[in-house]
Amino acid sequence: MAQYLSIMLTVMIVSNYVLAQFLGICPFLGVSKKLDSAVGMSIAVTFVMVLATVATWPIQHLLLNPMGIGYLQTVVFILVIAALVQLVELILKKYIPSLYQQLGIYLPLITTNCAVLGVTVNNIENDFNFTESLCNSFGAGMGFLIAMVLFAGVRGKMEDSDIPEGLKGIPITLMAASILSVSFMGFSGVIEGIFG
Amino acid sequence: MKSKLSILTNGIIKENPVLVLVIGTCPFLATSTSAINGVGMGLSTMAVLICSNIVISILKNVIPDRVRIPCYITVIAGFVTIVQFLLQAYAPALNKSLGIYIPLIVVNCIILGRAEMFANKNSVIDSALDGIGMGLGFTLALFLMGVIREFLGAGTFLGMTVTADLISPMTILTMAPGGFFVFGVLTAIINRITKGRVNREFSSEGFPGELETSATLNAIAEAASAASPAPVKETAPAAAPAAPASAPTEEEGGEK
Repeated sequence: MAQYLSIMLTVMIVSNYVLAQFLGICPFLGVSKKLDSAVGMSIAVTFVMVLATVATWPIQHLLLNPMGIGYLQTVVFILVIAALVQLVELILKKYIPSLYQQLGIYLPLITTNCAVLGVTVNNIENDFNFTESLCNSFGAGMGFLIAMVLFAGVRGKMEDSDIPEGLKGIPITLMAASILSVSFMGFSGVIEGIFG
Repeated sequence: MKSKLSILTNGIIKENPVLVLVIGTCPFLATSTSAINGVGMGLSTMAVLICSNIVISILKNVIPDRVRIPCYITVIAGFVTIVQFLLQAYAPALNKSLGIYIPLIVVNCIILGRAEMFANKNSVIDSALDGIGMGLGFTLALFLMGVIREFLGAGTFLGMTVTADLISPMTILTMAPGGFFVFGVLTAIINRITKGRVNREFSSEGFPGELETSATLNAIAEAASAASPAPVKETAPAAAPAAPASAPTEEEGGEK
């Protein structure tokens, strides 16, 4: 149990996908302007990450590896993720329209989100078993949520600040992300301290 | 009719993918910890970009419009796998240090963006030149960023020690926060040099707003979401392992 919690917390806080591993920077910079869209995007990402893991882990271990075609990983995974995103969109549209209205616009963006492909590949590279992979994916999604929510708050404050002309727009956003990233470095070693 | 030279230089300076358009930021930030890593990543991306641009512009009349995004992704993923093999065989050290970012070239916005914005409208030679230009622009930006971060963060240049005992290196620049910070400073300098001119020029081409990243993503999203339920389930060949699962839904991925 401790091992699962450790994996989840590590990927959520210490090696946060956005702030420490640079995965999913595009939505992080693009969709973090408003808090509710940041939350919506993060929930959609978490959802797809977990589903993608459920789909890709068995494919790799039960299909690709026994057949000796593990090198097709990249091609297969990206197609599975793209298909999955479409499928989720269709299912939500049909059965849970209220949720679809909230998440719908973010779903197509997720196919090109490198965090989703990243987490599925990471699960395989780290030799996680199925449960560990699920924990890793869920933790990565939650880490994304934390980063997005915090950064949406920072950007909300920035709207009202007097920013030097040359720094307006992308430069100040990146510098704010840098400071947020520094604060997350403070967590390094915490997990080892708890689970030793 | 643009001249060949202007197509080539477009990607290097005027529309530099990372520094001006701010797309492809994930690998840019992650692999620019040293100049060697940066150039390795840049050249790998460039190889995939040139090949995918050529193939997509050859196939532009064959690929049905509504399934074009999945087709592009498949072509790109194929080339990424080839590059992955080549790196594993000939540059195992580089392959190890770039790690997961090699398979992630597939989802690099630059490649899909150029396929969508350039290669499917232009001739093969123009697309190849555009791939070379954009790839060079990306590689140069990565090299610049890698040199800065490596020099200030580790006191070395291309692995050679430069400022051994003179100044103590600022290690944080080779870590995650330093990546964001140096990138922020670089874009600020670009803003200053161009006085925002480039961004305005670019926005007049249909990319309003400060963050072109989201604009590019939105363009891709629109293409994907304008899908209509496609009655093409039968066309999926059951040969490839992924095909039964992916193909039917893939078909819905494109614009009508």
